[in-house]
Amino acid sequence: MKLNSEQLRDLAVGAAFLGTGGGGNPYVGRVMVQQCLDEGLSVEVVDPQDLTDDTLVIPTAMMGAPTVLVEKIPSGQEAIFSLQRLEKHIGRKAQATMPIEIGGINSTIPLLVGARLGLPVVDADGMGRAFPFLEMETFGVYGIPGSPMAVSDEYGDCALIEAVDNRQMEWLARAVAIRMGGCAYIAEYAMSGADVKRTAVPNTLTLAIRIGEVLRRARVEHRNPIDALLGFLPTTLYRYGRVIYAGKMIDVQRETKAGFAMGCALIEGLAPFQSVMEIEIQNENLVARVDGKVKAIVPDLICIMNTETAEPITSEDLRYGQRVTVLAVSVPEIMRTPEALKVFGPSCFGLKEPFTPIEEID
Amino acid sequence: MRIGIDVGGTNTDAALMDGPRVLGACKSPTTSDVGSGIVTVLKKVLEMSGVPASAIRAVMIGTTHFTNAVVERRRLLEVAAVRLGLPATRALPPLTDWPKDLADTLGRHTFMVRGGNEFDGRKIAPLDEAELVRIGQEIRKRGLRAASVTSVFSPVTPEMELRAAEILHAEVPDLSISLSHEIGRVGFLERENASVMNASLADLSRKVVSSFRSALKELSIDAPFYISQNDGTLMVPDYVERYPVLTFASGPTNSMRGAAVLAGEPDAMVIDIGGTTSDVGMLMNRFPRESAVAVDIGGVRTNFRMPDVLAVGLGGGSIVRDEGARIGPDSVGYEITSRSLVFGGDTMTTTDIVVAAGLEDIGDRSRVARIPAKTIETALDTIHKIADGAVDRMKTSAEPLPVVLVGGGSILISRDLPSASKVIRPDNASVANAIGAAIAQVGGEIDRIFSLEGTSRDVVLGGAKAEASERALAAGAKQGTVKVIDVEEVPLAYLPGSATRVRVKAIGDLAVE
Repeated sequence: MKLNSEQLRDLAVGAAFLGTGGGGNPYVGRVMVQQCLDEGLSVEVVDPQDLTDDTLVIPTAMMGAPTVLVEKIPSGQEAIFSLQRLEKHIGRKAQATMPIEIGGINSTIPLLVGARLGLPVVDADGMGRAFPFLEMETFGVYGIPGSPMAVSDEYGDCALIEAVDNRQMEWLARAVAIRMGGCAYIAEYAMSGADVKRTAVPNTLTLAIRIGEVLRRARVEHRNPIDALLGFLPTTLYRYGRVIYAGKMIDVQRETKAGFAMGCALIEGLAPFQSVMEIEIQNENLVARVDGKVKAIVPDLICIMNTETAEPITSEDLRYGQRVTVLAVSVPEIMRTPEALKVFGPSCFGLKEPFTPIEEID
Repeated sequence: MRIGIDVGGTNTDAALMDGPRVLGACKSPTTSDVGSGIVTVLKKVLEMSGVPASAIRAVMIGTTHFTNAVVERRRLLEVAAVRLGLPATRALPPLTDWPKDLADTLGRHTFMVRGGNEFDGRKIAPLDEAELVRIGQEIRKRGLRAASVTSVFSPVTPEMELRAAEILHAEVPDLSISLSHEIGRVGFLERENASVMNASLADLSRKVVSSFRSALKELSIDAPFYISQNDGTLMVPDYVERYPVLTFASGPTNSMRGAAVLAGEPDAMVIDIGGTTSDVGMLMNRFPRESAVAVDIGGVRTNFRMPDVLAVGLGGGSIVRDEGARIGPDSVGYEITSRSLVFGGDTMTTTDIVVAAGLEDIGDRSRVARIPAKTIETALDTIHKIADGAVDRMKTSAEPLPVVLVGGGSILISRDLPSASKVIRPDNASVANAIGAAIAQVGGEIDRIFSLEGTSRDVVLGGAKAEASERALAAGAKQGTVKVIDVEEVPLAYLPGSATRVRVKAIGDLAVE
């Protein structure tokens, strides 16, 4: 499938939704890819099932603060430097690239790389949403080492990292990204087509596009976009979704702890919802509670949407007074196994509550 | 005494005020030269109130002129859009994602230079001064008269923009240069967009400001004058000449603030009911609550702070259907005087309903005599439900707030609204804009990323507050009246050293001798 401008716009909306509050606003990424399309380049999206087992796939991404990215626009070459450095190290050319994170801006970086290098982009990713750390990947959960990894800036400075494990890789890369200005571009988790089929969350690029499209169409046709979205989800791997709360933002607290944007959003319920929902945030929305009782918890998606426009709201854009609707959505089974929960389950974020699938919470 | 003037696309309004009291108000058509329309309306308002020109201490002008110029792509200069940031930022050159016609109007003169800073003040690259000299020569060769300079992280570290301006001025001494750190906040593309638009208005802003000046001179008003900006505070004329974009959202802001003064309520919901829509906004401490989302002006993405206004399809021309159960969102609009029932048309509108209910006497009452009582009752219910729902959606707490009604369509609301503590219909509501301009205060704002490393939050916030207050004073605020009205901190994810984005806004009363 070749991406068109409308799909790109839809993707930006769907990616913001899947970002569950984090992952950065995809606007800059979308416009960078649009620029490629305007120059006559194209983005070819391939289904993971269509990869041959020995295809070399090198995922690409941005790491660091999305807040820096919106000010320090990239040169557009950074992620390409990283991919090429990794190719050189491995001694083989990549035959495709792929997102590591579908939520937020990182859904768009591989599209830029794919357009510039003429590489297909695999319709899959390793987070199925947004997460703050590079080790939080289904790739790693199912045995793919993140390193060797390349981290580059706009100069073509490049650090090659070989770490003992994916956590250590994240730790080292983070330090490099800060030296590079708080935001850097990476290539990591190089793998075969067979490994993609085994370890990736499949079809998330097209899922994000479809989410954007469902919301857009509902708006145009004057249907309720949130109902339309809930009607659509059962046809995907994110098969269960429901509104867990609706109301008004009555408080947003934010502070920085250990490099995380920690925070808490309080939503006062509007009928039929009573009491107050508290959503704990660490870059992404992690857990939603009402009266101390868990209503949804990571890695299931907790998405705060503007009740009027059904636009996803990022943590940074949460404001006192907004009318919001909170959706919880089940993630695919590959993200809910015991091995997966060991890497990005509630305990990885210091939460005491165990993971309970949204389907089992009333 | 002060005079507030609102130069709109259609009418120029004036309101003469003594403190919060309106001594006189009137309207006159806006003229293409702007100035003669102002002269006419000023003469009228002075005449009707019997106040001599010498008693006027300050004149405040609100205008949508610059916004309209961009929206209509008229009277704009071609602009050299200079960016400091290479090798970063190359992926999206200046004017990316602009409407094609507007980018064409501005001539697509884009230049990218090595320079810019990181979030913590380090240089991305040393400023390429030789290249700037070459660009200066190129600007001269192309005969351009306006330029914008945008450097990465200039709201934190403005030095490179200042140095670039020096170099360009040395090459082209009469070049009008818009520096992005003076205009916008962190968010590169939006700030650059605003700076380029600002540069394109350099000629028009000089002309408009000088026409304001000569209009006042013609009437022998020698009081200082000010122009209102987006956030409801004032700028001195010299500043507007240089930064006309800062007036882009002043219209809705003035309207809401004017309504607050008319009603005597600092915290209130304002419903401005027109022919097609009702705009609902919230005043907190006499200022409109601002929208958090990026705002498009003439199709260009900016990050101006605009009032957060909810528009719902309820106006004096809204079409009534289903025996009153459904109203709008479509409207007969300006055709109300031919299509509505009371004016001899065949479409039932909300205006017909209030006439039929005996609440207003407009047009020919006999033409609505046959509307069933049940339809009238249902329609009135629906109208109030829509208005009440809109107010409730915009409220930030369950506390009922006073609701202030302005605009020609405010006749639709005759009952109390459940979400309102009271409903106020002030006099002079049709010149709320001019009144909003007249009562504007002066403000100063900063928006920057600070590192808390090696310092404390209190020190950083204290410094930020002091700087915002200083900016308010520099803008003309009276010593001793300046106070900080808004502090917002957003910690930046993934950055060390507790980098935090801090916004502070301070305002004060205008120093009027």
